[in-house]
Amino acid sequence: MAYARYVYIWVALIVLTAITVTTASLNFGRAGILVVLAIAAIKSTLVLLYFMHLSSEKRLLLKLLVPIAICTLAIFIGLTFTDVMYR
Amino acid sequence: MENRDHGVGARVGMWLFLLSEILLFGGLFLLYSVYRAKHPGDFHAASTELSRFDGTLNTAILLTSSLTAVAAVFSLQELNKPKRTIFFLGATIAFGLAFLVVKAFEWTAKFEHGLYPNAAVLMKRPPGEILYFGLYFTMTGLHALHVIIGMTVLSVILAFVARGKATQERSAALENAGLYWHLVDVIWIFLFPLFYLIS
Amino acid sequence: MASHAEAAHHAEGPWYLDNGKRPGIRGFLTSTNHKRIGILYLVAVLSFFTVAVILGVLMRIQMLSPDSKFLSGQMYNSIFTLHGIIMVFLVVIPGIPTIFGNFFLPILIGGEDMAFPRLNLFSWYLYMTGAAVVLGSILFAKGAVDTGWTFYVPYSIHTTVDVPLAVFGVFLLGMSSILTGLNIVTTTHMLRAPGMTFFRMPLSVWGLYSTAWVQVLATPVIGITMVLILLERIFGIGVFDPSKGGDPLLYQHLFWIYSHPAVYIMILPAMGIISDLFPVFSRKNIFGYKTIAFSSLAIASVGSLVWGHHMYVSGQSDTASIVFSLLTFLVAIPSAIKVFNWIATMYKGSVKVDPPFLYALGFIALFSIGGLTGLVLGALSTDVHTHDTYFVVGHFHYIIFGGMGFGLFAALHYWFPKMFGKTYNYRTATVAFIVLFVGFNLFYMTLLILGWAGMPRRYYSYLPQFTDLQVIATVGSWIMVAGLAVMFGNLLYALFRGKKAEADPWGGSTLEWQIPSPPHFENFEKVPVITHGPYVFPKKE
Repeated sequence: MAYARYVYIWVALIVLTAITVTTASLNFGRAGILVVLAIAAIKSTLVLLYFMHLSSEKRLLLKLLVPIAICTLAIFIGLTFTDVMYR
Repeated sequence: MENRDHGVGARVGMWLFLLSEILLFGGLFLLYSVYRAKHPGDFHAASTELSRFDGTLNTAILLTSSLTAVAAVFSLQELNKPKRTIFFLGATIAFGLAFLVVKAFEWTAKFEHGLYPNAAVLMKRPPGEILYFGLYFTMTGLHALHVIIGMTVLSVILAFVARGKATQERSAALENAGLYWHLVDVIWIFLFPLFYLIS
Repeated sequence: MASHAEAAHHAEGPWYLDNGKRPGIRGFLTSTNHKRIGILYLVAVLSFFTVAVILGVLMRIQMLSPDSKFLSGQMYNSIFTLHGIIMVFLVVIPGIPTIFGNFFLPILIGGEDMAFPRLNLFSWYLYMTGAAVVLGSILFAKGAVDTGWTFYVPYSIHTTVDVPLAVFGVFLLGMSSILTGLNIVTTTHMLRAPGMTFFRMPLSVWGLYSTAWVQVLATPVIGITMVLILLERIFGIGVFDPSKGGDPLLYQHLFWIYSHPAVYIMILPAMGIISDLFPVFSRKNIFGYKTIAFSSLAIASVGSLVWGHHMYVSGQSDTASIVFSLLTFLVAIPSAIKVFNWIATMYKGSVKVDPPFLYALGFIALFSIGGLTGLVLGALSTDVHTHDTYFVVGHFHYIIFGGMGFGLFAALHYWFPKMFGKTYNYRTATVAFIVLFVGFNLFYMTLLILGWAGMPRRYYSYLPQFTDLQVIATVGSWIMVAGLAVMFGNLLYALFRGKKAEADPWGGSTLEWQIPSPPHFENFEKVPVITHGPYVFPKKE
């Protein structure tokens, strides 16, 4: 079936979803958020690379866009935390 | 200049637009990060009010809708089978509708329990929980709005395909609509653990 | 696609003639041609500028005496709010990218139009709708918005005047800005003529390009911030409300995360145009092309990290204030590098001070003063003294009006012959400049002094000891406005009665001077092939 590789990615996404729901029942304490966010990042990367075709994209610009957005957001949140956490 | 990739210009534009959407939600993620860091216990307590089943179901629905969305694009761009594209687009829109139905049930349940902004019941809860629900409705609400926009765009594209305005040669609009839908999915991939999976 | 159809109707004629489907104004309002859209923005931006200047004049009249009854306190608050909203969101942020970016970016890179012509026209309609909503908000609810253009919470949540419409208008204007930025990035990447590598682009394009990235990445944050004000007002979600655990300071963070980069959206395109002017009027290649290009990117990126310098005295942590102060000092460096490079370009050049260059030199002087006063504000200790005083008002008018404004005037005088095919009177333009420059400094230098002496901003009255300086400032503002009137009057007159302009009145070397004045509808008869950088001087005779 021509759609096979998309179905495989979908299976991976569903499995990762099951994993993340299970880990939430376990208690990782403060690391818990990092675990679920890491799994979310993996899932998103799968969607970006294979459903949104970034892995077969030739233009470098398009491959850099999401990392740029994430970096920008991380910096905005990070600098805000220098205020919120040290008042 | 470019050879066969005629839609590349439109695709660049669409990705830049998606970037702006990420930053739009980004402001809300900023608020969420700060308030969760300040009220970790309250956020956990409040999150137990949500139905993990509904959240997981909705996640599965959107992930499947992403599959049908990319299948729709693939069917036209690579296989040149517009009828399948129409089927897959219809399926994607249906999944979107299912997502909204589940969300409507969730929200209604919250309203009935008095857990919505400015409700008397909510006001008696600790501030962290008030903020949690303020952010919950804002972020899932903005997301749901984007689901509706996505469904509208996909419906328009479906009409294009049905009328032959979108073809294998002219598939940029279809592809870009798919990209938009995938972004809606990616945002939910992050919203789900942040609201439903606080351990 | 649409502009191809239009071009088919009038392949040889100048851009403003339309023998196609719809004549006259309707043709303009439905055209997706980048030059016509540039003109639509020109008319809109200058009209809104005029409105905002009038509001400013009213404010200065009120400040002629400490017990003036010219305006009530409420009216004064609304007027400075609207003055700010109109200037910031309708004039200074969109100004150069939408007018000159639209008109000239495709030409400067040897192209036919922007990447998304229909989206371009849609951006204009979004802009006009946003403007209508903002201006219309004056008429509704219990009166015009009075929060200051910064809409700080908690006042913006509780005040009964029409905040929702105003912030919704700002939201629409933000969307318009994002779409323009997206168009500019895509156009720059995809539509350069053969041979035009990134490092052969004119620096004005680098200016527009770096700006466009900030437009796409930062503007959404003010979009969501405006939405949050609406949600707080209507639903009481609590994110900024201390009684619900919210933090009003987070509003300020979100607001300035956009609004500081916004000032780089204002200045980078102007700097880009100045970079184009210096080589032409010094008859010499620009000094340090790559340095200036990279400085534009550096200003755009580092400038997005300094927003907390608006919040030193707000209750922000000392740690954050120190971090932001350090970053603020860092971002001054690439700007200073540019100023040195521009001046170095003049060294051993053959300088001719035609009106465009007069405004460019004015830009250097005024932007430098603005920048230096920025250091006073960027340092923590001196900011405690000057925050929310007229010193801030003087600083940002030097930077924004003296910088972006004079950059816009320089661009206007430089490209007027190209856009309209008419020449204007150089002597009148020079007189206008002198009057404007004198009035500007009399006005804003006095504000700096007043601020240092303790005069707070956004007050409709003041202590009697400030009276003399307030009067001087107001008189300065009148001289300044007179200069503006002469400047615009001169150009308007030339529009209708000016002599025909040649293709290359200044001896420029960028692509726009190789096509007729005004340009033909499709810009270039043949796609140009680029074999060298943008500033080749002296020209081979």
